[in-house]
Amino acid sequence: MLDLDDIQYILLNRAPARAGRYEFLTFDSAAAGRAWLSAMVEQVQSVAAMRASIADEKRWVTLAFTWHGLRALGVDEASLATFPEEFRQGMAARAAILGDTGANHPDHWVGDLTGPELHAIVLLFTRDIADRAHYQEELASIRAGAPGTDLLSAIDVEAIPPFDHAHDHFGYRDQLTNPAIEGSGDEPTPGSGGLLKPGEFILGYPDEVGPPAGLPQPEVLARNGSYMAYRRLQEHVGKFREFLAEHGETPAEQELLAAKLMGRWRSGAPLVLAPDADDPELGADPQRNNDFNYAQDDPHGYAVPLGAHIRRVNPRDTAASINRHRMIRRGATYGPPLPDNAPEDGQERGVAAFLLCASLIRQFEFAQNVWINDKNFHELGNERDPIVGTQDGTLEFKIPTRPIRRRITGLPAFTTVRGGAYFFIPGLAALHWLVAGG
Amino acid sequence: MAIPEGGFFPDAVEYGRYGPIFPKTPACYGFTIVAKIIPGREEVFREHGRTLEKAIEEQPHFLAPLQLHYLRWVLFEIEGATYFMYQGIFDTDFDKYTEDAVELFSQSGISTVFENLEGFPADWKTNPAAFVEFVRAHHRPSFLEYGEYPYVSADEVKKSLRVKALFSDILDQMQ
Repeated sequence: MLDLDDIQYILLNRAPARAGRYEFLTFDSAAAGRAWLSAMVEQVQSVAAMRASIADEKRWVTLAFTWHGLRALGVDEASLATFPEEFRQGMAARAAILGDTGANHPDHWVGDLTGPELHAIVLLFTRDIADRAHYQEELASIRAGAPGTDLLSAIDVEAIPPFDHAHDHFGYRDQLTNPAIEGSGDEPTPGSGGLLKPGEFILGYPDEVGPPAGLPQPEVLARNGSYMAYRRLQEHVGKFREFLAEHGETPAEQELLAAKLMGRWRSGAPLVLAPDADDPELGADPQRNNDFNYAQDDPHGYAVPLGAHIRRVNPRDTAASINRHRMIRRGATYGPPLPDNAPEDGQERGVAAFLLCASLIRQFEFAQNVWINDKNFHELGNERDPIVGTQDGTLEFKIPTRPIRRRITGLPAFTTVRGGAYFFIPGLAALHWLVAGG
Repeated sequence: MAIPEGGFFPDAVEYGRYGPIFPKTPACYGFTIVAKIIPGREEVFREHGRTLEKAIEEQPHFLAPLQLHYLRWVLFEIEGATYFMYQGIFDTDFDKYTEDAVELFSQSGISTVFENLEGFPADWKTNPAAFVEFVRAHHRPSFLEYGEYPYVSADEVKKSLRVKALFSDILDQMQ
């Protein structure tokens, strides 16, 4: 059984929010951090609390800490040493492994996220922008009541119109693949890959290979916790649209090209099931929009190119031990939408996302290093993920078609990593343990 | 390709998740692990050979996830002690599929062979980092590697053979 009263809600649920704000904090002393945490801990919802109050609740709060943040709160060195090396080092130090080079390098990141002074993140999600303004004040007032806890930076996130479905600034429908976890009460949608063992995402439970092992100590700190990789990914919408216009003569050709890059039409309809024309009803139907595989359905990539985004970040039945590399994804868009037909306006917009998993090195870093940024993924030779991979204009994208494949060279970067960090999301008992000084 | 002492080209070291990646050569990626066996365990190694042979007979593509060309298992003596050499040639740096390899080995009973080596971590099934550390500590990098068909992947070889077979069929049918 999962401790639904102890696990932070974000591990198992998505808040019905259209707005939110992430605040990045630093503590100038353990006492300051604990004073702040003792006030904040009451704001945090467990899975059970969130589910019980979802009809009336207007805001949802998650707290997580960097390794330096745990140290700043007074966790002792013996305990700190039991956390995995990648978490201790932090995301910026792992840039070479993650492929965060060139324009994506941490030297160019914003928000003061790369140094040891980043200690904590507050994820606030609210029903709407008005609620955000209200609860943002509340967070500020809690901070003001705990001198020595300071805001390093913050980012506001909000859904972009049309609001009837989640999508990014490029227009792709989002939140389509959601791992369902054994004991969570969720049922996997067809094609989502069956129920996954909770230990793949939540510490202290059996994972796909057996009982929990190698957990950070003490147990009270680790149990019901998880790791979270934050990525602030700027989307260059103007450049993306220019690219489609340059390589597709008609709107239909442009839509098909957009679909080939992603592996789905922007409606969400998967190319494996709708290879020739968009099918918005299919895209919107969770019982059907994930129900496909590659090994049998599309082995050569005539529907979904071998290097398309969804084929890289979830190779389904074409990867070994796929269930050891799954992640829970949360997050939202930030920045104003760029109206159709408007030229690039120079404003930053994108996706501020979180990848949650029990092992950053086996799940998040594997996906970055092996699936997204390996130029030779599926023997492609000179490609990276066309949407989220590191692109410097020297790589290509191949679209298998009959009789001759299409090869687009000089693929531009449609996205740029603008920030990132590794966090640990403790369970509620662990938050109280941290307040008490460990 | 002549390789500097230590196994890396200092100006071109790439980093994988578990540390620096040994370079790709005309003979692709690979490792040569040399380790002393726990005395008296020779027969366990030979039994392992039979176990693995059977596993491959039952599931010919069992090791496919590792993107291998060849694996060679060797036992040899130095001054009365028995050593084990495990040499693999494959198409990806070992770092990338460490956990997948650990999982494969766990399932297949291949584990037994490593567990009979001195110093092999007892918790290797749940501690890929310790597994990698052992492999790195016992890997003897080549100082020279050669490939008669340089940089060609096993997948390309298999594809070429399929094309050849197909072509041969077409010729037969044309007669």
